[in-house]
Formats: sequence, C-alpha cells, structure tokens
Amino acid sequence: MYAVLTGPVFYLALAVCLIGMTVRFYLYFRGLSWQLDRVAYKAHPEAGFKGAVRSIYKWLIPFGTYGWRTQPIMTIAFFSFHIGAVAVPLFLAGHNVVLEQKLGFSFPTMGSGVADFLSWAAIAGLLFLVLRRLTLPEVRILTDKKDWGILLLTFLPFATGLAARYQVGDYGFWLTSHILTGELLLFAIPFTKLSHIFLFFASRAQLGMDFGIKRGGMKGTKMAW
Amino acid sequence: MPEGTLCNKQPIDTAEGITTLLADKSGKKYYEEMKHLEVDTDLLWKTIQNTCKSRIRTWLEICAHCGMCADSCFLYQVDGRKPTQVPAYKIQSTLGEIIKRKGKVDADFMIHCMEVAWSQCTCCNRCGMYCPHGIDTGIMFGYLRGLLYQQGFVPWELKIGAGMHRVYRAQMDVTDEDFVDTFEWMVEEYEEDFPGITVEVDKEDADIMYTVNAREVKHYPEDLAEAAILFHIAGENWTVPSKGWEQTSLSMFAGDWAACKMQVESVYAAMERLRPKRMVGTECGHAHRATVIEGPYWAGRKDGLPPVESIHYVEWLAEALRLGKLKIDPEKRIKQKVTLQDSCNYVRNQGLKNAAREIMSYIVEPGYFVEMAPNKEHNYCCGGGGGFNGIGLYRAQRNQALQKKRDQILDTGAKLVVAPCHNCWDAIRDLEEEYEIGIEWSFLKPLVVQMLDIPEHLKPKEDDL
Repeated sequence: MYAVLTGPVFYLALAVCLIGMTVRFYLYFRGLSWQLDRVAYKAHPEAGFKGAVRSIYKWLIPFGTYGWRTQPIMTIAFFSFHIGAVAVPLFLAGHNVVLEQKLGFSFPTMGSGVADFLSWAAIAGLLFLVLRRLTLPEVRILTDKKDWGILLLTFLPFATGLAARYQVGDYGFWLTSHILTGELLLFAIPFTKLSHIFLFFASRAQLGMDFGIKRGGMKGTKMAW
Repeated sequence: MPEGTLCNKQPIDTAEGITTLLADKSGKKYYEEMKHLEVDTDLLWKTIQNTCKSRIRTWLEICAHCGMCADSCFLYQVDGRKPTQVPAYKIQSTLGEIIKRKGKVDADFMIHCMEVAWSQCTCCNRCGMYCPHGIDTGIMFGYLRGLLYQQGFVPWELKIGAGMHRVYRAQMDVTDEDFVDTFEWMVEEYEEDFPGITVEVDKEDADIMYTVNAREVKHYPEDLAEAAILFHIAGENWTVPSKGWEQTSLSMFAGDWAACKMQVESVYAAMERLRPKRMVGTECGHAHRATVIEGPYWAGRKDGLPPVESIHYVEWLAEALRLGKLKIDPEKRIKQKVTLQDSCNYVRNQGLKNAAREIMSYIVEPGYFVEMAPNKEHNYCCGGGGGFNGIGLYRAQRNQALQKKRDQILDTGAKLVVAPCHNCWDAIRDLEEEYEIGIEWSFLKPLVVQMLDIPEHLKPKEDDL
C-alpha cells in the first residue's frame, strides 16, 4: 500500500492535478471573449495587466481590501486557514525530502515549530469556517453537500498529518492515511471547487482587467479594492 | 397558449406596437399572458451554450459559498437581511439553476427569475468589489436579463422602453424634430438674458457634440437651456446632432442587446458624420454607461472605445471650472450642508469619482460639503438603478430599496443632495416623497447657472433690456 501510494499513485495524482489545472487555465483564458465579456483585453494589454496584478495582489494581503477590512474575524480565519493550507504542503521539511527523492528538486523548508503553528492555525481557521457555515443564515443558505465535501477533503490531510507528527497511536497508519488523503486532494483539485486554488488567479485577473481597461483604469483611476 | 398577443418573444418594432402595449394599463393583461408564455427551452440552452463562456461559468462554479457578498448588497440590508437576498444565492438560484437544468425551465420559474433579476438586483456591481474571487453578480444579472428578454419575460415598462429605442432611437416617443425644435425653442427663451446664445444643429468639426436624455426634451426642457447657457458662457464651440442625440438606453436595462446596438450606433453615426473633437453627455449615469462604457462593445468596436473621446458632464464641468472658462461668484456659493450622490454607472464603473468632487470644491462654501459614508466607488446604489425606478410591478420593493439612500443622506445631516444622474435624481425625489425627510435635490446645471460670475461682454446691454 505504502509503496503504491508513494510510487505510481503519487506521480499520477501530481500529474492529474498539474495537467488538469494547466488545461483548465488554458480553457479559461481561451474562453474569454472581448465582445461577450465587454472588455477589450487584447486592445489594451498594458492597462489590463496592471489591473490584473493589482486585483490579485490586493486580495492576497490580509486586510488589504475593503472586503477584508469590513469582515475582520472572517479575514483572520480565512488567512489562518489558507496560509497554512498553501505553505505547509509546499514547505514542510518532510514533504521536501519526498520531493527531492521523487522529482529531484525541492523548495526551501520551514522549521518544525513554524510548521506546527501554521498547521494548528489552519485547523483552527477551518473549524471557524465550518462554524460559520453552520450558524450564519447568509452562509447556510448557500451551503451544499459539495461545500462540506471539500472542507472534509482539506481537513483530512491536516488531521492525519498532525496525528502522524505527534505519533498518536500507530504512526504507520497515520502516515499512509496522510499520503492517501493528500493524493485524494490532488486528484480532486481540477474537478471540484478546489480548482479555485488556481482559478482564483484567473478570475481575479479577469475582473482586474475589466477595471483596468474599462471601468476606470484607462481614465487614470485605480480601483480602490 | 404559447405566445400572448401582448406578452411574447417578439421585440416591439413599430409605433403601433408601442401604443397597443401602452394601452394595457400597468401591463395587467401583459402579465396575465406571461403566466402562460411558453419557454423555448431549446433556444434558451442554445443561447447559453453560445454566450455563457468561461468568465460566467467559472464564476458560478468557483463561488465558494462564503457569503461575504451578503453585506455588500444594499437590498439584502434593507430587506431584513433575508438570506434569499444574498447576491450569491440570488444568482445561483436563478441563472445557476437554469444552467444546471440545461435550460429546461417553465414559465413560473422564468417569472421568478424576472422578479429576482429586476427587483432584487439593480446591477450596481457593488458585490463584485467584495468577493475574494472577483465574482461580479451584477454582470451576471445583466446577462440573465438578456436571456429573460429573449424569452419574453421582461417587465412591461422595459419591453416598451426597449421598443421606444427600436422605433424612435430614444427612450420615449420623442422624434428628431421634437428634439431639435425643443432645443432651439428653449435656447430662444434665453436670448434676452444671454445675448448671442445659440444652438447650432449638425455643425461639423465642432469641439463638442452634446448628447442628452430624452426625458429632458419631454419633461425637463429647462435642462437643455441650462446646458446651452453653460456652453455659451464657457465659450465652447459646440453642437447637437439632429439624429443620434439620445444617450440613454432602457434597452440595456431590458437586456435587449440588439436594441442597445441600434441605439448606440445612432450616436456613433452622428460622431462620424459631424466629426466633433469630443462628445459630452448630460448628467445621466446609465446613459454614459450605455453610450461610452458598454456601447463600443455592442457596436463591435474592438478597442472598446467610442469613435471620438466621450466624457461625462461632470468631467466637462470640472474642466471648465478648472480652466476658468466658467467662474463662480463666491457670494453665491452653496452655504448649507450639502452632500453628493455617486452614480454607480460612472463612478464605480468608470472611476469618475474625482470630477464631481472637484466641482463641489468650486460651488460649495468650504466646510459645507459632507461626504456620504460609504462613498465614491463604494457608495450604495440610489435605490432605483438598473430600471428599478420605472417598474410599477416592483414599486413596493423599490420603495423599500430607497431606505438605504435615505439613511445615508440622513447621516450626513445635509438638506441638499447633488445628484448628477437622472436615475439617482428620480430615486432621491421619490424617497423624499415616500419618506418626507425634508431634503432638496438637484442636478449640477441649475445650481451652477445660478452662481455664475458672467463676464461683462456676455451680459445683456442696458438698452437691450
């Protein structure tokens, strides 16, 4: 099991995720239409590019936008969750050992203290998002099974990873579960709402181009996100 | 009964058609027929496949259902924070559902969609600024309106409005002759007060071609005179076209894209015929949006720009004051608390937040201008945008929608609201009528005309009087 998961399944999951998302990214931009979207993307590439970068950049910063500032508690939960969810998988020392072995390259790594902190912060953030879904009427009405599905899919690698980290009971079991759930997540990305991991950048870029080209950018007004 | 005699999928293309529909008071029979109007589900699905591309599909798909858009919507706020008023829910349960069902929906569902599209969204685009994914629900509602219009599920007044544009190239039954006659007559009325004032129709190569809102011709002709006075005093070389003078587009509110194209092309044809250096439009928000911001796309202009540089009235007025073409008599400046309504259509949607404020700095005594909160691109819709003002069927919802602007105005403590937009102006007038908070409201032109410092040579001579 372990050998299969760390061997062929690992490569397959990674390939499905990366190729799947490359295709989706390509299809997204190919599907943009200057006339249907009413944004002259190609006529004004510079204004579009500036708008896109600004739109992405502003929203990546905690409290960087009016939207984030008007909902501070959500913002803290959101970033606690997302920073951990992006940084821990990519920069955990253990993950990079595997990467080096399997693919021959690795990212810079973070200390275990930082990794622990970010992981627990992510779990806390995620629990808050769950609580929000259960209690706020404006979120509850939107919530469907798929939303719970992706929350679970994201929760499992963290839970199993932490269980392995603290060697709760059978380390081997938790490690295998961790690899399995992590790979499940990779498989799911291109086919579920998790695609937002990549498509966030596409969608934000599009609206940024809209504002950069049509809605004021070319009049010299930067959008006050 | 697949198609009604009044409520059907056919756009109105004749004056008789408009008269017939108008005769059905408040659209009583029209809405009755709508209940039995058959949905052409094949056409609906085919249209979606052809026009609903990656932007909207991705928006609908990646919406995280986080609800962060809820509070950004003033209609959610004034409707007791009903979860059904959350922007994401409104669009997912209408357009999202139509797509999920591959267009297989019935008349009841389409009528529900119509109600949501025209009474629960004014297409103010504010929610788009509060979504982490950059999902602009207002744009999607604009798209949904197009689908509904194509199937005949559109509020009675907007079906008529779109028809007006098709028949008269104006939002009302104002002909080109009516426009020219009214403008010339109004200018004549002021010849004694402003010697030399004139309106030259169809002058070629002028610096400015001025375009208006047909309502001004029909109901507020004084506005035309004020525009002429200000151009005259500023010494502008200006003209109006005898054809293509109407800048508004109720067809945009209706989702009648073919009529939008016809309308805007009539204005662009005037630009090409008269070759002005610039076009200046009147104090209207959606007119500017239709002719300057969205219009180029309907007309198939790949650069997304009108044939000549086109600016909003606030831009021209700010420039005229800045360059000293118009001078304000400091004694006559506004000396009471005054606030400013930012129009969604040219502030949020074209970033023109500074122009009107620059004007205020000239016409208001320092210390008397009070900003609304929030303001500029984050300002709330007046409550009557996107066609909401004009739809009788949703009058109760519209009146409720006005509460947000009412409260914003009350919070400023101002008794005068400057509203350089016809739609906002109407909404603020109606909110005073509905809630009686003791305010006055005004366009910029009448205020500025009254406080001008007119150069000697433009004043009437003693013996002329």
